[in-house]
Amino acid sequence: MRLRTRTAYAFLTPYMLIFLAFWIWPIINSFYLSFLNTRSANWTFNPQVTWGRLLVDPAFSNALWNTLIILIIQVPIMIALAIVLASLLNSPMLKARGLFRFAFFAPVVVGEVAYAAMFRLMFNEFGIVNKFGVSAGLPSVSWFSDPTAAMAVIIIAVTWRWAGYNAIIILAGLQSIPDDVYEAATLDGVSKLRQFFFITLPLLKPVILLCVVLSVIGTMQLFAEPFLITNRGGPGQETETLGLFLYRMGFNTFNFGYASAIAYTIAALAIAISLLNLWLGKERTQ
Amino acid sequence: MRKSTAERRRGLALHAIMTPLALIWLFPLWMMFVFSTMDDNGIFSPGIVLAPSDQFANNFRALEADTGFIRATTISVCVAMIYTVLSVALTSMAGWALASYRFVGKGIVIATILGTLTLPYFVVVIPQYVMVARDFQLGNTWFALIVPPLFNSLGVLFTRQTFQMMPQELFDAARVEGVKEWRIFLFVALPLARPTLAALAIILFLHSWNNYLWPLLINSQPAMMTAPVALGSLIGLTKVSWGGIMTGAVILTAPMLILFVALQRHFIAGITTGAVK
Repeated sequence: MRLRTRTAYAFLTPYMLIFLAFWIWPIINSFYLSFLNTRSANWTFNPQVTWGRLLVDPAFSNALWNTLIILIIQVPIMIALAIVLASLLNSPMLKARGLFRFAFFAPVVVGEVAYAAMFRLMFNEFGIVNKFGVSAGLPSVSWFSDPTAAMAVIIIAVTWRWAGYNAIIILAGLQSIPDDVYEAATLDGVSKLRQFFFITLPLLKPVILLCVVLSVIGTMQLFAEPFLITNRGGPGQETETLGLFLYRMGFNTFNFGYASAIAYTIAALAIAISLLNLWLGKERTQ
Repeated sequence: MRKSTAERRRGLALHAIMTPLALIWLFPLWMMFVFSTMDDNGIFSPGIVLAPSDQFANNFRALEADTGFIRATTISVCVAMIYTVLSVALTSMAGWALASYRFVGKGIVIATILGTLTLPYFVVVIPQYVMVARDFQLGNTWFALIVPPLFNSLGVLFTRQTFQMMPQELFDAARVEGVKEWRIFLFVALPLARPTLAALAIILFLHSWNNYLWPLLINSQPAMMTAPVALGSLIGLTKVSWGGIMTGAVILTAPMLILFVALQRHFIAGITTGAVK
């Protein structure tokens, strides 16, 4: 490989201009904005109304709390489900594999708006879920006026949308485990279940950690689901997430400075929780 | 070869778990289709109907009346295609530069791309909006829909890896022959990278087609809305045809499902390699 700075720059420049303008510069600018009072005529330095407000704003702690609840309940359920799905899809005994793969992977290509509309309609008071529930003798639930039920709908929807995505990644991890590992274990008379817990899971750990980190980052930015399914974080602000709160502050009240502070908080939390996961993952191997 | 009873029982258990799960997973998609063929009286009637009806055309007319869905879909198709072509072109050039040459600043470029890869998109959305809509007054334009999302570095990492894994002697042989670098890139490297480019293009197209937040913010005028934004603007209105909304959802979803079935291998390659984005 020869030193060819001129040629390299010619290939690199078009992309880098866009990358710098619409990614790097906004990252820096966002940090700067987060210290400004953008509601005065001239934007002035006043972190008291951005970072200071963050500490005392009950709407922020509400959104943070809601996001963490979704994170703590939804991510483990989904990852566990994805591991089970991937293992079962990988089983050589499975018939009609293509059909099963389609069933679980199809949600990956469904857009946020289409699936949000669908879940909103299914969990409508007169929707199909309640029709099934009532015919099974359960009481009719008004999913979107009860905070817990509304939260449950979001968790169900996100799990439906993303379990297959994570299963695809885990399945790729499973398929990269060489067969002879299992052959040796089978010869030694190790049961399939023990093989799963003592061979498969440890070998999958890096892939599972990747899925957890991606899910954490995704959940921290959850926006379309509370925006569309539970009608802007309803009932009241009971399902408002950090992403939706940022949207409301940034684009309903046009408080760019405060919204930037929220954005950086989201990023900091996502990075902190991801690092914590990676660290915990490492701890357990040693 | 005879299977043991234990093995057969295990196979049965496997299908006994997977079949109901798969049906639950398919149910929302199936009902999306069924509802798109029902009028609102049918959707909210007390009985459970799981078979399609015949109101699709009427629903589509209602949808078109509620929001100009044909125009919005046309915008979405054009944006997704232009975005995909541009992003593949720009990022494969950058990927080639980072894979093939030593140059001043290479380490910084790679570190910057990798270091900011997992930053949430929300960090940039406010300044992007301020810059495009406020400073440059470019809200509700094609530029706003297509250009800012091109920052996505997925293609750079994706193609760089592919170019690095190619036998370098191939390119060196061409260099010895005096072939220019851009011709090597265009006529030797790119054709060899076709599977990667296909997977990349599919994922980028899907991203753009489904993109919601940025088009929602930047193109809020009805005449410049993309299809997801137009459809999303109907959700939550009181006097709106739900059959129409479901028809729109089907129109947004069905092409992607067909693409997914036809090109599953590329989709999966794109997702597993691009899991970082």
